[in-house]
Amino acid sequence: MIDYASILNDKVQKLKPSGIRKFFDIANEMDHVISLSIGEPDFTTPWHVRQEGIESLRKGHTWYSPNRGFLELRKQISNYYARRFNVEYNPEEEIVVTVGGSEAIDLCIRALVQQGDEVLIPQPSFVCYEPMTIMADGMPVIINTKPENGFRLTAQELEEKITPKSKLLILPFPNNPTGAVMRREHLEEIAKVVEKYNLIVLSDEIYGELTYGKERHISFADIKGMKERTVVVSGFSKAYAMTGWRLGYALGPEPVISQMLKLHQYAIMSAPTTAQNAAVEALKHGDSDIERMRDEYDMRRRLIVDEFCRMGLTCFEPEGAFYVFPSIKISGMKSEEFCEKLIFSQRVAIVPGPAFGDCGEGFARVSYSYSLKHIKEALERIERFLNER
Amino acid sequence: MSKLLELISKNNDFTTAQLAAMLGKSEDDIRNELYDLEEKGIIKGNKAVIDWNKVPDADVTAIIELKVAPKPETGFDDTAKIVMSYDNVESVYLAASSRYDLIATVRGKTIQEIAEFVSKRLSTLEGVMGTATSFVLTQYKGDGVVFYENDDEDEQRSLIL
Repeated sequence: MIDYASILNDKVQKLKPSGIRKFFDIANEMDHVISLSIGEPDFTTPWHVRQEGIESLRKGHTWYSPNRGFLELRKQISNYYARRFNVEYNPEEEIVVTVGGSEAIDLCIRALVQQGDEVLIPQPSFVCYEPMTIMADGMPVIINTKPENGFRLTAQELEEKITPKSKLLILPFPNNPTGAVMRREHLEEIAKVVEKYNLIVLSDEIYGELTYGKERHISFADIKGMKERTVVVSGFSKAYAMTGWRLGYALGPEPVISQMLKLHQYAIMSAPTTAQNAAVEALKHGDSDIERMRDEYDMRRRLIVDEFCRMGLTCFEPEGAFYVFPSIKISGMKSEEFCEKLIFSQRVAIVPGPAFGDCGEGFARVSYSYSLKHIKEALERIERFLNER
Repeated sequence: MSKLLELISKNNDFTTAQLAAMLGKSEDDIRNELYDLEEKGIIKGNKAVIDWNKVPDADVTAIIELKVAPKPETGFDDTAKIVMSYDNVESVYLAASSRYDLIATVRGKTIQEIAEFVSKRLSTLEGVMGTATSFVLTQYKGDGVVFYENDDEDEQRSLIL
């Protein structure tokens, strides 16, 4: 008998499984569950983009692509980030195309973090930063953002956690799960601390296209002096509804990107060829698709926020991504209990806030990447649940 | 096009409060706009979209093209008005086709019933010079909704993390 536990890497074995997953498994076992738990667009990839993917296959483009990604795609990414977020990157040496934004996060953390380095991670946030840090022998330092600040990271919160070992700050905005957005003035305050303590920043801007209201997303690299200390991570999944194509990218200073490229080269080799050809089309002709989907998300967001407030589930108004993060305190229950009872009594699946960090206790993540009809039904069930108590 | 119209044309199942929230307007604005749209006859009704393919004893639908001799002054209108007054006629269009002028969709219990309707009622109408009837076998899309192989999209998404 092999004692696998003694063979397997300790660090891997100690990683907690994702709290989102766990909850979804309950939902999967039940019939007639209506879910507001998924973190990907309900739209399918725009047809003209899919067609380019088909065309790429038809022409027989079935080989590896260059390690960095096709130059044509990198040029389009460069053009896109300059056009939409006002930051310019050299396609030859400051861009690497990855397998989703997730790979770019992994590469960035591994390229920068070594034994004992502290990685500052604001929470609630997406679940991957902490495990990736641990695997890179870094030390995760959690910063709990607060509802009274709209779950934004403040300079003071950041500065309080700084030690001589602080190296990398993760900036996960627009935020999954809270929908929080950092405006220019907020980022400028953070930039001062970053400068003062010589930090590097991983700015996860995967939801950058999904902000609501007049002001667009501001890239951290667009803040004065920050481009040289920032690695921007983004991708095609959320903006163009291309999750299944697995395509993302990192933008940053050449010395960092070239080390990330080495890891990418050895671990992944290159991003999918078909997806890259489709992505070129998305960047060239997809701006109107982004607007169309964003307008639709915006309508759903307004509906959910309005209905939740009416029901007494207070939520601060999310300004980005496609999640609302209501407080469930009115129920007198803990998040996990609330979500569990909700699914058993009304068959609505949402994700408990603590899946995104301990400070998510008292909240739940509700995704609105669902049709209005679906959302409306779920809202009615949630209201029944609250009334029954 | 009005955002309100666009929204309710896809789903007319919301309260005015919900519509107001979604469109960032006041409930009064929404009520006024809806009243106005109804007054002007722009909103004509509100009914469920049904995939008849799935209803076992559903009616038969036929698309009937009619070649019509236009009249001075009124053109095709007189004939169209007579065709549309039958209850089993679902829609009537004037088409710019070289072969036919009016297109009507007709529902009936059986093919025979529709055949009888066409031969006795439509082809005998004054000005109707010819008809061509096509029976619908499968409806792939209707009222902007895809029927055919339209599995619940939410079900297809799997949770990754």
